Amino acid sequence: MPGLLVSTTVNGDAIEFVCPQDETLLDSLRDRVGLTGVKEGCGTGDCGACSITLDGRLVCSCLVLGAEANGREIETVEGLADGDKLHPLQDKFIEYAALQCGICTPGFLIAAKALLDRNPNPTVEEIRYGLAGNLCRCTGYDKIVRAVQAAAKQMRKK
Amino acid sequence: MRFESPKTTREAVALLAKEKGSAYVLAGGTDLLVRMKTGLIEPDLVVDIKRISAMQSIKTTASGTRIGAAVSGAELGENKKLKKAWPGVVEATNLIGSDQIQGRCTMVGNLCNASPAADSVPALMAARAKAVVVGKNKRRTVAVEKIITGPGETSLAKGEIIEAIILPRRSTKSGDAFLRFIPRTEMDIAVVSAGISLTLARGVIKSARVALGAVAATPLLVPAAARAIIGTKLDDVALEKLAAACSAACKPIDDKRGTIEYRTKVVGVLACRAAKIAYQRAGDA
Repeated sequence: MPGLLVSTTVNGDAIEFVCPQDETLLDSLRDRVGLTGVKEGCGTGDCGACSITLDGRLVCSCLVLGAEANGREIETVEGLADGDKLHPLQDKFIEYAALQCGICTPGFLIAAKALLDRNPNPTVEEIRYGLAGNLCRCTGYDKIVRAVQAAAKQMRKK
Repeated sequence: MRFESPKTTREAVALLAKEKGSAYVLAGGTDLLVRMKTGLIEPDLVVDIKRISAMQSIKTTASGTRIGAAVSGAELGENKKLKKAWPGVVEATNLIGSDQIQGRCTMVGNLCNASPAADSVPALMAARAKAVVVGKNKRRTVAVEKIITGPGETSLAKGEIIEAIILPRRSTKSGDAFLRFIPRTEMDIAVVSAGISLTLARGVIKSARVALGAVAATPLLVPAAARAIIGTKLDDVALEKLAAACSAACKPIDDKRGTIEYRTKVVGVLACRAAKIAYQRAGDA
């Protein structure tokens, strides 16, 4: 079966890639577009390490086919910072040491951004529910929740 | 594997009917891609239905609300009108997985995956929902409880596809609710679940539907449980009868999530709690 040509927008840039028809968007982004910020944890939609937004919706890229991305808009962790200026979530994750090994971090950042876009002032409970689809196996969640609260506070000031 | 993303239901049906190998419909992909990844299935054809306009919208008409098969859980949850009209159905669908899963998962996918523990299905059964089934030469409307025939098995023929779910219009004095029991608060599969829809007349339950999940090979519609509360104001005696009817109807398995004894007991407790919420909603409506 021949590969498919997929034309899509990634972090605002028009991108084309050719992928096998059964390839996941996670693999397409990592291996064809070169965006290795998208991580594979479980590969079955449980851990959220591969979180991206697809047409503005938070999804697990391991549960999307590369072929489905044709004509859609994708945002990954690589698009969060504005040049050298980190996104407030990235700043606060560093400040609060909300990461250890870092594998889950891009997914947490993308999921937290999706949460704050929808709800700029979430309660701790809302943050914990909002990030329930992201697993971290080293820091625990407390620092992550604090970092998201701090980033939300900073973002509300703008 | 061949990937197709047709623009019409007719085209999708033709593709599925023509395929000689194994053909699968891709809605949200939250079950299908997991089965592909774990090697349970090796599709020859995958038909993405998300670019079919008849499957993308939520429309309310005089006879009810039509929800397209490609509408995601997140979209359902954002639809205020639907949330007000059928809170139990929306809550049940929104319980499926994380925010990431909600961005993709669909009610029809949940139905066609045919898990005994499917979250949205008991709520749909209680709501008297119907599925619009489209085949090569005909279109039929089928009660949701006729779709699942066993774990992972449906009554759909080769080439048939569900285009939409229809929720009927109902009296304003109606309410529905869905509750799921899991040992944690998020990201788990139901140990038991219960969906109830009811309509009141002067505080008395005029009609009701009770459906249970994860307590048999398929989600169960339990008419005896509905009869236990019809004609009552949901007093303690009615609730006791409701719990007993639910426990009597279930045929659960023993597994790591719960024992037969536990599920049989808890399903009655959940049904009573769901009934109280539905009753209150119907009164407030």
